[in-house]
Amino acid sequence: MTRHALSTRLWHWVNAAAIIVLFMSGLTISNAHRYLYWGDYGFDPKDAWLSVIRFPGWATIPQHYDLAIARDWHSTAAWPFGVGLLVIWAAMLANGHFRRNLTTRLHDWTPGAVMTSLRAQAGGAERSYSPMQRILYGLMFGVLLPLMLFTGLAISPGFQAAAPWLLDGLGGRQSARSLHFLAAWAIFGFVVVHVVLALANWRLILAMVTGSTPSPLPEGAHADG
Amino acid sequence: MVDLPRRSLLAGIAALGASACSKITDSGAAQSLFDAAEDGHRTLHRALAGKQALVPEYSRAERSPTFRGNGTVTIADPFYQDQLAKGFSEWKLEVRGLVDNRLSLSMADVRALPQRTQITRHDCVEGWSAIGEWQGPQLAALLDAAKVRPEARFIIFRCADVLYGRDYYESIDMVDAYHPQTIIAHTLNAEPLPEKNGAPLRMRIERQLGYKHAKYVKAIEAVASFDDIGQGKGGFWEDVGNYQWYAGI
Repeated sequence: MTRHALSTRLWHWVNAAAIIVLFMSGLTISNAHRYLYWGDYGFDPKDAWLSVIRFPGWATIPQHYDLAIARDWHSTAAWPFGVGLLVIWAAMLANGHFRRNLTTRLHDWTPGAVMTSLRAQAGGAERSYSPMQRILYGLMFGVLLPLMLFTGLAISPGFQAAAPWLLDGLGGRQSARSLHFLAAWAIFGFVVVHVVLALANWRLILAMVTGSTPSPLPEGAHADG
Repeated sequence: MVDLPRRSLLAGIAALGASACSKITDSGAAQSLFDAAEDGHRTLHRALAGKQALVPEYSRAERSPTFRGNGTVTIADPFYQDQLAKGFSEWKLEVRGLVDNRLSLSMADVRALPQRTQITRHDCVEGWSAIGEWQGPQLAALLDAAKVRPEARFIIFRCADVLYGRDYYESIDMVDAYHPQTIIAHTLNAEPLPEKNGAPLRMRIERQLGYKHAKYVKAIEAVASFDDIGQGKGGFWEDVGNYQWYAGI
């Protein structure tokens, strides 16, 4: 595996901080109206497709219910998240990270390819991006993170005048809000798996900080040397 | 490490983040950062959309079956209740402040002005939306008739409702004041405005959240600054709850 580029490492940690703040302040915003709808409008709980639990204080920013402060944190952290996503996409396209590590071919999506990569991952033998990693990281960069950005923009009443097609494409404002909520939890699920797997091989975390190669020894080095 | 108790780890990270955030929130530096982020969103929205870009308008079939009332939904004041019963025959809308031609309009005067009808979506800061048909004169027409002076930078809306012992008010800048969809509505779904939705007159500030759409409007005031009005943050919820003045996010 090659070293992580500086752009990758910087983005990774800035984005990690941003999505923690966005997620936790987002739970406060969810508490303000705990019902999700499809379509353009929705205000009556009878019309909701989902009645969301009230998220407890330990999971929210701030820890007591304060919608105004939660919105301040949310719309502030949206800047590093949104700008960061544009920057990392540009960097990945320019430095070949996308083409090298995130593109998949049709045969990568077969159950066999995914199972093989899961077994290799468990054995710690993986040296390059496996089909499973390509698929998961590809879904993050190609689908979920952009979906968060675009649904977030679409919910803003001031942004709709700039891009009315965005609301139409997402099926209306309340649909965009529902998708924003669902994508947030999909990203949460990814982060849980990602953190557990990284903790299982802590050198991966070191590599994301220093950029050093995550294999215990560089190729050609001697175990005793 | 894989079998590390996941729940307590996440709770630990969450607690760390939340307590750090609450400490940062109390500092003035955080408020400046929040303000910069808010200004950035406003600048981005206006740069991408242009100052006059319209929000989507809907067909009658796309309206929500009812229109939720929120915040103040009834006014105890005897004069208001008397006027509500009489169809607001003695209600006056004043246009004042930094104007050369102060106006005092009856409801008949308001209805006699050129009207704009629009079916738009109302987004509350809490997250819900409703769609209704509004009719009324454009604010721009009133401001032109009152001859707003060049030093005016904001328009204040003075309201008849009182929340937590304070008069409700709101403010917008001249970009939103002269936006074509900024109207003073006197009907909702082709009926006179119901009390819960702000009878007899309410603002429609279509590119911002619901709390900007002042209800029960008594007066429209042109000012150079809102520093000396209320607590100086430009609106009731801005003063009371520290909500963002630019509610387009």
